[in-house]
Amino acid sequence: MRLDRLSAVLIGWLAVLAAWTLPATALEIEERLVLEAQTPRSVLRILSTADRAPFEPILKAFQAENPDVTIDYTIAGTSDVMKAVSEDGAVFDLVISSAMDLQTKLANDGFARTYRSAATDSLPDWARWRDQLFAFTQEPVVLILSDAAFAGQVVPTTRDELIELLRDEPERFMGKVGTYDVRTSGFGYLMATQDSRVSEAIWRLLEVIGRLDARLYCCSGDMLRDIRSGKLAVAYNVLGSYAAAELRETGGFRIVHMKDFANVMLRTVLILDRAENVADAQRMVDFLATLGRRPDVVAASGLPPIDDAALRGNVALRPIRLGPGLLVYLDRLKRRSFLRNWEASITQE
Amino acid sequence: MTAQRASGSIRRRLFLQLALIAALLSVGLFLVTRSLAASAVEAMQDGILAASATSIADALRSEDGAITLDLPYSALSMLGTINQDRVFYRVVVDGETLTGYEDLPPPDETPTISRNSFSTFAYRDDEVRMVSVARVVSTGGVPSTVQISVAQTRLGLSAISQRISGVATAAGLGFFLVATALSLWAARSALRPLERMTEAVTRRGPGDLRPLQAETPAELVPFVDALNSFISRLGASLQRSEDLIAEAAHRVRTPLATVRAKAEVTHRKLQKPEHRLTMREMIRAIDESSRSAGQLLDHAMVSFRTDSLSEDTVDLAEIVQETCARLEPAAGLKDVEIRCQTPADAPTVRGDWLLLQSAIRNIVDNAVKYSPDDSVVDVRLEVGANIRISVTDLGRGFGGADLEALKARFARGGNVSDIVGSGLGLTIADEVARAHGARLELEPNKNGEGACVSIVFPLS
Ligand SMILES: Nc1ncnc2c1ncn2[C@@H]1O[C@H](COP(=O)(O)OP(=O)(O)O)[C@@H](O)[C@H]1O
Repeated sequence: MRLDRLSAVLIGWLAVLAAWTLPATALEIEERLVLEAQTPRSVLRILSTADRAPFEPILKAFQAENPDVTIDYTIAGTSDVMKAVSEDGAVFDLVISSAMDLQTKLANDGFARTYRSAATDSLPDWARWRDQLFAFTQEPVVLILSDAAFAGQVVPTTRDELIELLRDEPERFMGKVGTYDVRTSGFGYLMATQDSRVSEAIWRLLEVIGRLDARLYCCSGDMLRDIRSGKLAVAYNVLGSYAAAELRETGGFRIVHMKDFANVMLRTVLILDRAENVADAQRMVDFLATLGRRPDVVAASGLPPIDDAALRGNVALRPIRLGPGLLVYLDRLKRRSFLRNWEASITQE
Repeated sequence: MTAQRASGSIRRRLFLQLALIAALLSVGLFLVTRSLAASAVEAMQDGILAASATSIADALRSEDGAITLDLPYSALSMLGTINQDRVFYRVVVDGETLTGYEDLPPPDETPTISRNSFSTFAYRDDEVRMVSVARVVSTGGVPSTVQISVAQTRLGLSAISQRISGVATAAGLGFFLVATALSLWAARSALRPLERMTEAVTRRGPGDLRPLQAETPAELVPFVDALNSFISRLGASLQRSEDLIAEAAHRVRTPLATVRAKAEVTHRKLQKPEHRLTMREMIRAIDESSRSAGQLLDHAMVSFRTDSLSEDTVDLAEIVQETCARLEPAAGLKDVEIRCQTPADAPTVRGDWLLLQSAIRNIVDNAVKYSPDDSVVDVRLEVGANIRISVTDLGRGFGGADLEALKARFARGGNVSDIVGSGLGLTIADEVARAHGARLELEPNKNGEGACVSIVFPLS
């Protein structure tokens, strides 16, 4: 996850919040992928936070259907994407990001173009906002338990059970619980704020893991690495799709879907207001909105598509609601006070 | 009878006026609904914006000598519940932006603690509605004025009011259509009494001069009264004319008959041939004038009675026989024989005895008149494909005259020479025939010299 590999996100984040006050800087590109069309007619420029691995199959499938479109896929960090669009006036056709809050802010601040089609109308209501922001994946957040630590042990499936377990056996888990450092990880911040919105249990949990000398991480990758190496027994709030991909490759841990509630992150796409290739951008939005109808592409990319039935079948899954509510935690003062509470809980000061 | 040319239609006017009223009411309904909806929708947005701003205001607190805000999740999320409009907010402490969109313009009117202010303006390419709420927060004993503004674009609301406008349009249109249909019905039913009266008048027989007694709505009573008084005056006047004709016939014929009788007697007494000649001419002149007077009166009676034909059952054989018998003396003067043939099972027709008799008399009288002395007039009643009364003489015939023209009033043929006449005989016969649905046929005698005049009745 690109999202998880960000460094010094806090600075970027503050830059975003300080908005237009900072001078424009060039976009910091992490990777660029250009899929040349056989008979190039147009170029579709995508600015994305999603890694190459899960996205390349999707881009290829799109190009197979639209062989005359060259795809210029630029990968950058979430806050860089935000800054490039809202401050630097970077010209792209599509913005794809897992930072639902920042995507919402882009749409709210007028950087998105409205689009409606049969494909977007087929999305459930919770998966689109203003006909500008379209979700195309639903990725639950999960609890990771290492096989080594939990062999033959009871597996907690709710936050209360987890709290109880950690509280009852402090010596077993001391220094072996990991979660995001929400001060540096945008994704971690989004998940923690959503947790706090749904349940007060998060604060008790933070206190407990704070007392256990929690390890804080910037990224899912590092957390999973430490799980496998046995440094960690429990990792809280890991993106399920990422963990599933890792599990397939390496093994060594188990994925627990929380039964009390599990936030579901939605990866979203929007067409930029300044898009130059609107027609292809719309075609790509339609393609992504109907990803669930292409099982082979889904299998190749590993990204779980929008599936309303799956959500209705499992009441614990709560898709994070798109809309102005997400702007609340981007508020400067709100962020400050949330981080203060978080720090107070986790560092036991 | 020619139909009266209509100038305008009450029904159309009534309908158009009602439809116009309906249209005005529909437009009114539409406008009222729309403006009500628009203000309701606006009030709804204002209400939710005010709730949002108030909840932000309530979350203000002072901390370490500075004002701070813990933005409540619901403050913004509630704005996302009714629509998907863009949301902006700004919190200003003593003129300094504490948090939110720094470029969000200040309200048109500064809010006070007791009064929120609402403004509408364009911001970031869209029209927004903004509510501003004022609070005083004390920081370390120093009161600071905090102004909280929450703004939202109005696309969702305009979609709602558009939808309501659509409904209002449909309602107005529906109201108009229903009202129009009803006014059509109302106009029709308002005029139904008039139609009923028209029908009552139309249905009447020609001689029916009784006053109109249809159910009459109050508005038509004066008209019906006037009509009835007119009918009764008409009836009286017709009665007077009929009386006059009868009286005139009597007054003219009786003295002439008396004079003629006296002249006959004198004629018989006179010895000198030149005196007798004079007297015979006198008698002839009396005959002519009495016939002319009779024909004139007959014609008057015919025109009068055909207007309201009575419906007696007339035995044609009887009427033919009787007429022939009456004319026999006059024919005898010229030694003309009238041969009358009627079948045993005589047919009857419905009609006016007096008129039919007058028609046959005039035809037979002509035949005798235009016959040479010592000849025969055949009167036949025959029933075949139709009923035919034919009178055939052996006289001079019509010559080459235009036969239809002879039926005209006072028209006389070119063949009359010394024979006096008024030109009314065939006119009477023709009018009577037509009044009875029959026709008068003039043709030359098929079996030689002379003319054949027939009245032909269709077999019912
Ligand atoms: N029986 C007849 N024979 C010859 N001509 C006739 C006969 N009847 C009628 N007419 C012609 O038709 C004309 C019209 O007849 P009528 O109306 O009876 O008037 P009139 O008083 O002249 O006989 C007559 O003038 C005559 O020319």
